[in-house]
Amino acid sequence: MKTSSTSRRQVLSRSAALIGAASTGLLVSEQAQAQTGKLRVGLMLPYTGTFAQLGVAIENGFRLAINEQGGKLGGREIEFFKVDDESEPSKGIENANKLVQRDKVDVLVGTVHSGVQMGIHKVARDSGVLSLIPNAGVHAATRAQCAPNVFRTSFSNSQPTRALGAAMMAKGHKKAVWITWKYAAGDEAFEGFKESYTAAGGTIIKELGLPFPNVEFQALLTEIAALKPDAVACFFAGGGAAKFMKDYAAAGLQGKIPLYGSGFLTEGVLDAAGPAANGVMTTLHYSDSLDTPRNKEFRLNYAKTFKLQPDVYAVQGYDTGLLLIQGMNAVKGDVTKKVELYKAMESATINSPRGKWTMSKAHNPVQDIYLRIVENKENKVLGVAAKALADSGAGCKIS
Amino acid sequence: MDFPTFLIQLLNSVQYGLLLFMLAAGLTLIFGIMGVVNLAHGSFYMLGAYLAYWLSTLMGSLTLAIIVGIALAVLFGLALEWLLFRHFYERDHLDQVLLTFGLIYIFEELRSILWGDDVHGVTIPEALSASIPLTDNLSYPVYRLFMSAVCIALALGLYWLIAKTRLGMKIRAGAFNRDMTEALGINIKLIHAVVFALGVGLAAVAGMIASPISSVYPNMGSQVLIMCFVVVVIGGIGSVRGALISALLVGLADTFGKVLLPSMSGMLVYMLMAAVLLWKPEGLFKA
Repeated sequence: MKTSSTSRRQVLSRSAALIGAASTGLLVSEQAQAQTGKLRVGLMLPYTGTFAQLGVAIENGFRLAINEQGGKLGGREIEFFKVDDESEPSKGIENANKLVQRDKVDVLVGTVHSGVQMGIHKVARDSGVLSLIPNAGVHAATRAQCAPNVFRTSFSNSQPTRALGAAMMAKGHKKAVWITWKYAAGDEAFEGFKESYTAAGGTIIKELGLPFPNVEFQALLTEIAALKPDAVACFFAGGGAAKFMKDYAAAGLQGKIPLYGSGFLTEGVLDAAGPAANGVMTTLHYSDSLDTPRNKEFRLNYAKTFKLQPDVYAVQGYDTGLLLIQGMNAVKGDVTKKVELYKAMESATINSPRGKWTMSKAHNPVQDIYLRIVENKENKVLGVAAKALADSGAGCKIS
Repeated sequence: MDFPTFLIQLLNSVQYGLLLFMLAAGLTLIFGIMGVVNLAHGSFYMLGAYLAYWLSTLMGSLTLAIIVGIALAVLFGLALEWLLFRHFYERDHLDQVLLTFGLIYIFEELRSILWGDDVHGVTIPEALSASIPLTDNLSYPVYRLFMSAVCIALALGLYWLIAKTRLGMKIRAGAFNRDMTEALGINIKLIHAVVFALGVGLAAVAGMIASPISSVYPNMGSQVLIMCFVVVVIGGIGSVRGALISALLVGLADTFGKVLLPSMSGMLVYMLMAAVLLWKPEGLFKA
C-alpha cells in the first residue's frame, strides 16, 4: 500500500512538472491537504421525500457523536459536504460522484434507500473512498459485493427477522403465514424469517405478497383468516405498515392470530396505527424504551441538542460517528493509511445506545436483536431474542 | 377456496373497485371533457386525505371535516383552474404533462411544509367503527361498507348530473363541439371551471373517505395515480360509465390475482389492460 501511494505521488509530480508550474502548485496543495487540512466528510442522505426524516435523524446522530468528542476526527477539523439523494435510485451514482469527484470527500456517509445504496456502493468500490452505511440493509453490500472500504453500522435486511423464528416457536406458534411487499427488502427479510423459523421446527404454510407499495391488504387478510395459522409474520414499513396493522385489527384478526414482524413495522407509525398496534411483537436491534444507562444518556443528550426524540435511525447515525471516530483516532486523521484505518474499524467495539456491538468479517454489525411488544404506543422490550446475531456474509471475500 | 371465502373475496373486489372508481371518475371527467392529461390528480387525493386529518384534529369530527374539506377542495380546484389549467386546454398534451408533473412536486413540497413528513392516522367515527363478524375469525369493518355506499351514491349522482340535468347537457355538448356550444351562447369557460372543480372535489372526497383506513402519509397520491390511469384507459377515456365497469374489473383482477396467482399479482392488472386494449383499442366505452 505504501509503495503504491509513493509511486502514484511520483507519477503525479512528474506529470505535473510537464504540465507546468501552476498545476504543480495545485497538486502540492492537494497533497498537503490530505495530511493536515480539514477532513472532508460527505453526507449523502435523503433530505426530501418519504425518507426525509430518516436522513435528518441520521445526520443529527452522526454530528452528536462527533461533537461529544470535541467536534474533531483524529485531531482534524471537519468540513461537511451534503447531497440530497432524494431516495432516487436512478441518481445514485451521479450523486455519489458529486461528493467523491467534485468535493473530493475522504469519507462518504450514506444512505437510507437500498437502491440508492447500490449506486454509492459502485462508486465506493471504483474509487476506493471510505463508505459508511448508516441504514440501507441491502444484502449485496456486505455479502457478494462486500469491499474493504465499505462498513455498515445498521443491519442487513434479514438480520431483524432472523431473530423471529426462535421467538415465535418459543410461544408455541408452529404454523405461520408470511406476508410482505414483493421487492428486494421484503424478499431479503423473508430469508431471515424462513431460515430461522424452519430451523426452529416451524412450518410456513403460505407466503403471501403484494407489489410494493400497494396497500390493498383486504384480499390477503381474508386469505389469512381462511388459512387459520398459529401466527402471522410480516415485513412492512412506513405508511403501509400503519395501514397493515389497522386493517389487520379491523378484519378482526387482532388478538385471534398473533402478529409478528421485523421491527420496522412499528417504528415511527405507532401514533398513526393507534390501538391497532397493541400486542404486535417485533424484533429489532434497538428500541426507544431500552432501559440501559447508555441509552438513557444518549436519548437525553439527543433531545437536549435537537429538541427532538431520537429513533433507531438516529442511533444508527450516532454509531456511524462512533465507528469513524475510532478509525480516525487510530490513524490520527491520516486517511491515506488505509490498512491501519480499516483494521481499526474492523476490530472496533461500538459502545452504542443499542448495546455493545462489533464488526463482522464482511463489515456488518454483530449485534443483539431484541424482542419487543407494542403497548400504549411504545415498543416495550421483552428481552433479547438473539444474542450477537451476525449476518451470514455469504459470498464475501475481503482479502 | 371455499364458498364463503369466495363470497368475501368478491365483496373485497367490489369494495376496492368502487374506491378506484371514485378516484378515476374525476380524472376521466377532466380528461374527457377538457382534454387535459392531469398527472396531479393523485395529489388531490392526497390533499383530501391531509385535509381530513388536519380538519378532524382541529374540529374533532370527521363528518364536519369532510364537509368543510369538500368546500376547501372545490375552492382550491377553482383557483387552480383559473390560475393554470384554463391556459392549457388548447395546448399540446406534452405541455400539460409537464405542468401537472411539476405540480406533483410542488404539492408534495407544500404538503411537507404544511403538515410535515409523518404518517398520521384518522379516527373512524364512533357510529361506523364496529365490525360485522363473517366467519369464526374474520370480521368486516362497517366503515368499508359505508365507503362502498358513498361510492355508489356518488356514481349515481354523477350519472344523474351528466345524463339528466341541463348542466350535464351543456357539459356533454362542450366536450362534443366546443366552438358550436360557445356559439349557442353557453359560457364554456364557466362549464370547464365547474367540471375541473368537480374532478378535484371527487378525488379529494375519495382521499377523505379513504383516510381512516388508508392512513395519511407522504406520496400517497402517486401510489394511486397509476391505478387511476389504468382504470381510465381500460374504461375508455372520458367515459364515466366505462370507468365504473373498468374499476370493478380491476378490483376483481387485483383481489383474486393476489390470492390465486400471488407471484403474478403485480402484473395481472396490466395484463388485463393489455388484453382489453388489444380487443378494443379505445377502451371499453367511447365517451
